[in-house]
Amino acid sequence: MHYMILIYSNEAEWAKIPPADLPAVFEKWMGYGQALQAAGVFRAGSQLQPVATATTLRFQGGKVLSTDGPFAETKEQLGGYYLIDTPDLDSALKWAGQCPGLFNGCAIEVRPLVPGDQPESPV
Amino acid sequence: MIPRVLAEVVRRERPRVLAALVGFCRDVDLAEDAFQDACTRALAVWPTAGLPANPAAWLTTVARRRCLDLLRRRSRSPVVAPGAEVVTEGIDPGPEPAEFEAEFPDERLRLIFTCCHPALAPAAQIALALRHLCGLTTGEIARAFLEPEPTTAQRLVRAKNKIRLAGIPYAVPAAEELPARLETVLATLYLLFNESYASAGDDTWLRPDLGAEALRLTKLVVELLPDHPEARGLLALIALHYARRDSRLSADGEMIVLEAQDRSRWHRAEIETALAELDRALAQRRPGPYQIQAAIAALHARATEAAATDWRQIAHLYATLLEFTPTPVVQLNAAVACAFAFGLEHGLAWIDRLAAAGELADYHLLPAAQAELLRRAGRRDAALAAYDRALGLVRAPAELRYLERRRAELAAS
Repeated sequence: MHYMILIYSNEAEWAKIPPADLPAVFEKWMGYGQALQAAGVFRAGSQLQPVATATTLRFQGGKVLSTDGPFAETKEQLGGYYLIDTPDLDSALKWAGQCPGLFNGCAIEVRPLVPGDQPESPV
Repeated sequence: MIPRVLAEVVRRERPRVLAALVGFCRDVDLAEDAFQDACTRALAVWPTAGLPANPAAWLTTVARRRCLDLLRRRSRSPVVAPGAEVVTEGIDPGPEPAEFEAEFPDERLRLIFTCCHPALAPAAQIALALRHLCGLTTGEIARAFLEPEPTTAQRLVRAKNKIRLAGIPYAVPAAEELPARLETVLATLYLLFNESYASAGDDTWLRPDLGAEALRLTKLVVELLPDHPEARGLLALIALHYARRDSRLSADGEMIVLEAQDRSRWHRAEIETALAELDRALAQRRPGPYQIQAAIAALHARATEAAATDWRQIAHLYATLLEFTPTPVVQLNAAVACAFAFGLEHGLAWIDRLAAAGELADYHLLPAAQAELLRRAGRRDAALAAYDRALGLVRAPAELRYLERRRAELAAS
């Protein structure tokens, strides 16, 4: 089954990480991505630019309106995702439970995808 | 006659058969539908064909065929010829019991871990466990939790949908995950038992029916996982409390505190069995919060009269329990034990610290404990004020009546 690992964090908190610590943080995320790849469960994944870069579209009054910013102002924002392919929820939760963000105050939401055309293993 | 036999078979064998069916088709809903159909079929066939040698095996065999029917029908596969749906028609008497054991290994443990999966809300876990492992109907579960039947039905549907859509596995967790997952199972059983023990509902403060289900389920877990001392500890804990069920409520619906209970009404044989379970658990030397709570309950159970209670040992056990679960509620209980073991003022000072920290502000048992200790300490006015605070917070009528009477007695003294 395909699961999205959605990583929610407080951007303001992330901005407070001292520059000297950034290489170590970066390395942890790299390592996590590599572990997903090595296990053959990785299908896609990326960090997102801050919500300040978001544009939200809505269809209103017969027109598509675009507004600056995310669809909702929340304390925590979607900051990145992984798409993984594992046999069941337990194995997906096991991977999600190793996400480095979890240990830096992120909330990790795991959502199954509706079965259909999902990306296959890149191999 | 047949309907009564069927009802009995369903009551006793349903969890086992259902677990086997879920193992077969990996779909709780489908398994339930198929089982229901097999029961309907039994009602039609048994009166003329006679009772099968092994009714559970008969039901499983028929239900399994029905599962295949329903699966074929769902997939609308063009290769299935019309008429293939009626496989349930030619029914053999079902396998012999030995074959049945070999063909359908006990899958209830898988079902337990699916029902008590941490990805499901605790209320949903309890509802699923009562439905699938105890075989209660939706209506019975709704009545037990004092909620409208559609609420329970919706909770069950949502939970079953989540199991299916989110891919919650039908499996016993791997050895390294088992302890953590078992904790969730035990927490669910504990919650179910608490619900039976002190319900907030009017005139349902005690619900031995739910207590019996909690006990039955915990026994099943211990039977299936005999080497986990915390599971056995929980079994002892539940059994020790359950053994006091006939002494906890007066004829006019008032709570009877442990000290005032008629100990001759405790079920002694059940207590002995529970104590043996606790000894077995403790012998494994892997203590945990359920074993410690059971050990505390055991000390109360062993005291022939309230005055003979070994409060010092109970206070020590609470100190150990606090290392595992340092919650305010455990602190409050520890403070009361401390009061009886080492002096009322020690306990009162501890409760004052709890209250000053703003803990348990809405918990009626904090002022109720204060009232009781202050009364014993001869501080009448402070005790009356504490009773008033407790009366302002208490919800369950059985406890309200008790506190009102105690306050009135003190006020008249």
